[in-house]
Order: sequence, then structure tokens, then C-alpha cells
Amino acid sequence: MTQPFPFRKVYGPAAILAAITAYGLLSALLGGGVWDAISWVALACPLVVIARLLGRRGRTTK
Amino acid sequence: MGNTQSSMSARTVRAWYRIHKWTSLACTAFLLMACVTGLPLIFSDEVTALIEPHVAPAPALAGATAASLDRMVVEAQAKFPSLHPFGLSWDEDEPRIFVNMSPSAEPKSGEIRSVIFDVHTGRLLEIPKGGFSLLEFLLNLHRELFLGLLGELFMGLMALSFVISLVSGALVYGPFMRRLSFGTYRRGAVNRIRWFDLHNLLGIVTLTWAMVVGATGVMNALSTPLFGLWRAQTLPKILEPYRGNPVPSHFGSVDSAVSKVSAALPQMKVSSVLFPNEVFGSPRHYIVWTRGKTPVTSRLFTPVLVDVSTGAMTVSGGLPWYLRALELSRPLHFGDYGGLPLKIIWALFDVALIAVLVSGVYLWLSRRRASVEKELDRLVKLESVPEGVMAQ
Repeated sequence: MTQPFPFRKVYGPAAILAAITAYGLLSALLGGGVWDAISWVALACPLVVIARLLGRRGRTTK
Repeated sequence: MGNTQSSMSARTVRAWYRIHKWTSLACTAFLLMACVTGLPLIFSDEVTALIEPHVAPAPALAGATAASLDRMVVEAQAKFPSLHPFGLSWDEDEPRIFVNMSPSAEPKSGEIRSVIFDVHTGRLLEIPKGGFSLLEFLLNLHRELFLGLLGELFMGLMALSFVISLVSGALVYGPFMRRLSFGTYRRGAVNRIRWFDLHNLLGIVTLTWAMVVGATGVMNALSTPLFGLWRAQTLPKILEPYRGNPVPSHFGSVDSAVSKVSAALPQMKVSSVLFPNEVFGSPRHYIVWTRGKTPVTSRLFTPVLVDVSTGAMTVSGGLPWYLRALELSRPLHFGDYGGLPLKIIWALFDVALIAVLVSGVYLWLSRRRASVEKELDRLVKLESVPEGVMAQ
């Protein structure tokens, strides 16, 4: 009846996004040029994820 | 039963949920204000260039040398005879220098008048008209609610409350989401479920950014007391040998102070000079602020004190760790350290955060008494409940 908390399922994607975001935030701080570009790409990731999740069609329930 | 296997007990989850609720409620209104005023502030440089066009300096010729700062100060003084020279600051992007004039050692917002010169030719470029500035208004509201230090500390407290609400929010996210797949958004569901999904989705995806901006917001709010602390620790030692001497009324050459500092610290660049000031600086020194030349070190400033009468130089040996941390945290709060694309990204995160706040308020207003906590208990214990968290 009880199952272990599905830690990976619940927090896994969040942890990956957190790592990408942190990398993006630091990259532009460390340098210009390429470092800035890496930062833009990394920080765009969570925003793209939001757009895709909200834009998904035909998923009214899980 | 079950507690051995679930990561948190029902009681712990309930406690974190309450912490999330109350810390969020405490800061939401002020945070909403900070998000809305912060949005145009991200683009301060662009907005200023757009609504306040400025006279461009002459293109620098090869081998151009810097014009006399002392002459600029004399000229600025002539333009504003009733004000005192407060300081000089170099423009980061263009060869321009601002001579700032102030009525007192501790000017209030809007009291400083600048006279802008060309770094190389020394020509007066323009005197921006004083008075109301929209960006300054927004910044003042954002930073201190027009209440000075008290408002600054209050906003720092709100930022701290926000950080706690993020941590607790991330912790209760788990139990709420255990039966849902990541980023579930049930667009066809009733309002409350849709807002609940939106709150969780946007909240978890933007969590890291929000944590960084919140924590650096706390740091920034402490800047006045932290600089005050450093000043109180450093200055008495430097001023000790002068005990009993009258405060100088005539200041020696700024040019020689600046060139002395440049020669002593060739790896640094002078970014500003604070004139003798008994509130923020030293009553008998120019404080020459220098910064490094690489992307990282350009954010780290080192002050050098130059005696205004004798020209003797005191390198303070760099700032303490808490001011270094503060300096590094500034760009991470403003988002102005990676060009225009980064600013746009910052603005989009800001909009997402506004949606998290609004959806949080909606969820609170539409709450059914105690049911959220019961729902949480149920989820934690994993009783066999029908699918559809938060649904009735």
C-alpha cells in the first residue's frame, strides 16, 4: 500500500534544470564572448521547458 | 505506518507547508512591486539611451592622453557654485567622465547634479537636467520604498522571507507532485487545478534563478551597513596619526592622486574618486576606487586612500570577504552582465516569477479551509485516493 517516495521522478528534472541554470548564471560572470553565449543558451533552457509544457496540447489530465 | 519510507513525516510536511504559506504571504505584495519595478530597471542602460540622449564624446585618437581632472572640477564648480564636488566617475562604455556635485556629504536621491566631460579633450559635453527621473523613481521604490536605510533593510527582510518561501516551497513541492508527472499542466481542468499546476510548474523551473536573485537581493539590502562596518573597522586606524590636526579645507590635485594610484596599481583601472566626505569616506582623503581589468576582477573594487594635503597614499589591502561577496552578488541581482540577450532572459524569468506570485495569491484566496493540509496528509500517507490533487 505504501510506496517509497519517488524522489527521482519528482525532483530529477528539477535538479537537472537547476544545474543548467546555475551554469548559465555563472558562465556570463566568468567572461565575455563565448561565455556570454553559453550563458544565453543555458538560461534559455528552463524558459523553453516552460513554453513547451504550457504549450502542450491535448493533455488535460495526467 | 509508511513514515519510515516516505522522506518526510506528515507533520514535517505540514510545518513546511505553513512556513511556505506565511513567508509567501508576508512578502508577496512587496515582491510583486519589486518584480514590476525591476522589469524596466533591467533595461536601465537602454531606456536611458532612449529617453535621455546624450552628447557623444569625440572619438579617441591613438595615443590620446587624459585631460586634466582638476580643470573639470573647477569648471563644474563654476556651473554649480552652491554645490560641493562630491566625486568623479568614469563611464564604463564611453570615454566620458562625470563630475558629481552635491549640496552635502550625504545627498538624498535626486540631489546630485552631474557635469559630463570628454575624458580625452576635457571638453564639457553636457549637464543633464536635474529633477524627476523615472528610472531613479523606480529604483528608489524598488530598493527602499522611499524610506532610506529603513526601507532598504525592510526590503532585505522581504527578500529573506522570499528565500525561505522558495526553500519551503521546493520541499512541499515533492509531496504535492508525487503522483503527477513533471510539469503537469491540466489546461482543461477547473481554475484551481490550472493555477495550482501553473504555480508548481513555473515555481520549480525558475527556482534556481529566483533563489539567486532573492539571495543577492538580501545581500544588496545589507550594502549600506556592510560598507559602514568596513569603514568603521578601517578608517579609525588610518586617521589615528592625524589626531588633533584640523580637517583640511583646501584639497590638493586630483590629477596627481589618480596618476599616483594608477602608477602604484598598474593591473587596476581607476573607476571613481570620492572627495573628502565624513559620512561615506574619509574627511581628509580622496578615496580612489580601482577595479581589475578582466571580466571577473572588473567586478572587484579596491579602494586607495590619498591624503588630500600631502598626497600620501594608503592602499587598504583590498576589501573584506563580505564586501567582495556583495560586489560579486550585484550583477547576479541586476542581470546586466551578459549583454542584451541576458537582460531579455532576465525579464522573461521576472515575468514567470510574477505569474508564480499571482497564482500563489489565487491559490490562497480560493483555499478551502484546512483542506490543503488534509490533502497533504493524505498524499504523504498515500492513502488510496482518487487521482486529481486539490480537486474536490
